[in-house]
Amino acid sequence: MQIHISTNDGVPIYLQIVNQVKYLVACGRLAPGEELPPIRVLAEQLLVNPNTIARAYMELERDGIVSKRHGSGTYVSDAGSPLARKERMKILSERADALLAEAHHLNVDLDSVIDLLKQRRKLLNKEPS
Amino acid sequence: MNTTQPAIQIEGVTRQFASKRALDNISLAVPRGVVFGLVGENGAGKTTLIKHILGLLRAQSGSVRVFGLDPVDQPAQVLSQIGYLSENRDLPGWMRIDELLRYTSAFYKTWDAQYAEDLRAQFGLQNSARVKNLSRGETARAGLLLALSHRPPLLVLDEPSSGLDPVVRRDILEAIIRTVAEEGRTVLFSSHLLEEVERVSDRLAMMHHGRLVLCGALEDVKHSYRRIVIRFDSPLTQPPALEGALSVTGAAHEWTIICNGLGNVTASASRLGGRIVSEHPPSLDEIFVAHASTK
Repeated sequence: MQIHISTNDGVPIYLQIVNQVKYLVACGRLAPGEELPPIRVLAEQLLVNPNTIARAYMELERDGIVSKRHGSGTYVSDAGSPLARKERMKILSERADALLAEAHHLNVDLDSVIDLLKQRRKLLNKEPS
Repeated sequence: MNTTQPAIQIEGVTRQFASKRALDNISLAVPRGVVFGLVGENGAGKTTLIKHILGLLRAQSGSVRVFGLDPVDQPAQVLSQIGYLSENRDLPGWMRIDELLRYTSAFYKTWDAQYAEDLRAQFGLQNSARVKNLSRGETARAGLLLALSHRPPLLVLDEPSSGLDPVVRRDILEAIIRTVAEEGRTVLFSSHLLEEVERVSDRLAMMHHGRLVLCGALEDVKHSYRRIVIRFDSPLTQPPALEGALSVTGAAHEWTIICNGLGNVTASASRLGGRIVSEHPPSLDEIFVAHASTK
């Protein structure tokens, strides 16, 4: 699990951890059932106060992203929960906003953007995976 | 030992050096088991405050208690519970590392020789190396080694990272985190690297010209301060005078304001014909600069 902390933009550190874990789960880089590092280990890895990690894990548990198994550790919950879908849509929305803004500045209308997406999709499907 | 009692309790401490008031009525408590960050520009009074905690200076007024004890009256009892790393690590230059460890261990009943040996190996310090030949980073590591090896309930670090490369700074931050992760131990550290303070602190205090301008849980501080951008329909040639604003920067139509709570800022902005176009929590750096710019 790779997480990067930045202290320049004012976003509280626990929230950066929460958002990044949500992102990793949503894009499949953290699989359901996978164990998150213990609080102390992640604290030393990220050089962040252990209480901050604990706060992030608590928040993730409350949102149903992870669950604690008594005494053993913190694990990624089963995927397909409505929240995971909501999170995926949120990530896509941000990308879509950026794409639309770019299209606007380049004078490309919405229909052309949609056509382009369909065209790119066809190309992607052709490529051997 | 009373475990609800704070590790450090400072009440109304004032210190005057000739015409300079180094500490002006400082009161703060460092609870047990937290990492407490002390920030402020050079000369703000951080080191003077730390010297009071170590019993190197007697409070001219007010009181200092470390685990309930007066560090000036009971120096041995207090210092045996503190691991201290100073900015100018005054270690005897003629000693070898193994001699330095043996010498220092004699002062502490709780010295953990195995732990000291593990840290020495981890820090890559050679037993045969002379202190005077150590690099700056190695000297810092040696100082840290001495501060940690008696497993003190309170670790006090005065500007531990100043002038060090990122690798040594990482060792120091790791030591802070490991110390606090072990049940009930407390860390007080001063720094002007706010990025570090934000990463590892539970609580922080900000000093400016010998006064405490801010003290509280890091999260509350970040929660209460705001960086807002106010847009005016007609450009301003002067920064707007806004009630409650700690700092105002910008030009013409848009101005960035750092404030503690929105309070009167919104109202006084709208009186001047401005409206808030963005609102975010500021970084500690921004809060710090905003406080330092006020008199």
